[in-house]
Amino acid sequence: MLKDITIGQYFPGDSLIHRLDPRFKIVITLIFIIMLFTGGSFVCLAIGAVYTLIAVLLSKIPVKMFIKSVKPIMPFLLITAVLNLFLVSTGDVLWKWKFIKITSDGIDISAFMMFRIILLITGTSLLTYTTSPITLTDAIERLLSPLKKLKFPVHELAMMMSIALRFIPTLIEETDKIMSAQKARGAEIDTGSFMTRARNLVSILIPLFISSFRRADELATAMECRCYHGGEGRTRLRQLKSAPRDIAALAVTLLFFGAVITVGILLK
Amino acid sequence: MAILETQELTYTYSIGSPFEKTAVDHVSLKIEEGQMIGVMGHTGSGKSTLIQHFNGLLRPTSGKILLDGKDIWEDKNNIRNVRFQVGLVFQYPEYQIFEETVYKDIAFGPKNMGLDDNEIKRRVLETANDIGLSEELMERSPFDLSGGQKRRVAIAGVMAMEPKVLILDEPTAGLDPAGRDKILEHIKKYHERTKNTILIVSHSMEDIASFADKILVMNKAKLFCYDDTVNVFARADEISKIGLDVPQITKVFGELKKRGLDFGKEVFTVGYAKDLLIRRLKEREVR
Repeated sequence: MLKDITIGQYFPGDSLIHRLDPRFKIVITLIFIIMLFTGGSFVCLAIGAVYTLIAVLLSKIPVKMFIKSVKPIMPFLLITAVLNLFLVSTGDVLWKWKFIKITSDGIDISAFMMFRIILLITGTSLLTYTTSPITLTDAIERLLSPLKKLKFPVHELAMMMSIALRFIPTLIEETDKIMSAQKARGAEIDTGSFMTRARNLVSILIPLFISSFRRADELATAMECRCYHGGEGRTRLRQLKSAPRDIAALAVTLLFFGAVITVGILLK
Repeated sequence: MAILETQELTYTYSIGSPFEKTAVDHVSLKIEEGQMIGVMGHTGSGKSTLIQHFNGLLRPTSGKILLDGKDIWEDKNNIRNVRFQVGLVFQYPEYQIFEETVYKDIAFGPKNMGLDDNEIKRRVLETANDIGLSEELMERSPFDLSGGQKRRVAIAGVMAMEPKVLILDEPTAGLDPAGRDKILEHIKKYHERTKNTILIVSHSMEDIASFADKILVMNKAKLFCYDDTVNVFARADEISKIGLDVPQITKVFGELKKRGLDFGKEVFTVGYAKDLLIRRLKEREVR
């Protein structure tokens, strides 16, 4: 059950998408998100879908993984769809029962929203699937570096993020281990009534908290032993360098963005 | 009859993802009741995955596990019962401790079994005694204890369920030599009292040699061998080839044999070696 969590998961690979400069990838992802939200019609979304599909195919990551990433937000998706279906009151009324009615606009909008969110999740998971957490935070640090002038602790923020990301798999593994250990002592975690499950959760949370604090403490000591003292004057082993392919990828993305805007204007 | 049996047990991790890996590959073995068995194998050889099948924490990709001749996965709802009969102590088990007092933590398993308070009390105190935790520790917080004591509390937590088969995954990892000897000694004591089957995973050949009736060796997801301790250590050359070791004293006697001093027996504990040497020396004196 914990194995199904795909957030922040990275799939090592050597595809074109993997090799893109992470800074560009973040900017491209941002443009992609804006693109999805500016497009107000199905044609715009279709363009976005084509773009996503190309990117997914280029990444060589099994399509199954993307389906897996959409799965956990399924309930959220359904709620959005159902709310839109019943709350939108414009358009032709197709079905009516007392105060509840379904209109053509309602169907349109709920389908549109679902489509949009699925694309959003797929596109953004592509970023984390193809970029290792460490390079990702490196890139964020570089992109935010102008804020340093405003005394914003960019380096510290990036360091915290990379530590947090780095420890997600560790914590999941740890949780799994503790869960197995407590299950071996007969704790009912997957089975049993809601109350017993809630009570048994304590037997997992306490050890988990204790070990997190222990880990944090050990990590802090290890960092100090290696003379870590914040970002000032710190150099990098791996410098981020942009290549022509990054510019090309950005150009293609902007082209799609342009297409979405044009279609949007033409359809008005 | 064998208490635990596996038939062509196979387990593959993360099927269908880039991380797919077969950790246990067609393993068939029979574990007899009442024995103490040493489990060895390299890191990643599949021994931890294998033992997690014995109490149904992992479900085999294919193959079967029989407990008392019955497939444990025959009735999925019964799996919790299997866990009470096959107790598993994980590596570094002190990280699973969570209760306010030592007593409560040891009682967690028995309580989950639905036993009554008197029975729980008997079991907790008996196992605490077996593992060498004095009664005045019972009301202390487990988090105030030393590392070795915490480890023993965690082991007692599983022992108190009085499982027919007790499996311990590297129970002595990370302890000092004194703590290590103490834990093994207490496990032996528990074995003598209950006569239950015990499996111990260990990297220390000396430890294994000191208790095991039989040794199970895993190598690269496959069962390398499963035989009496004497027979396994007799295959010293093969064992070192797969990157494992035989006890130092066995190596010494192997060398002696090569140089013409044959004792005619496999030696794997220092105590036995001492007896053997003294006997040999006495024979000489007589002559």
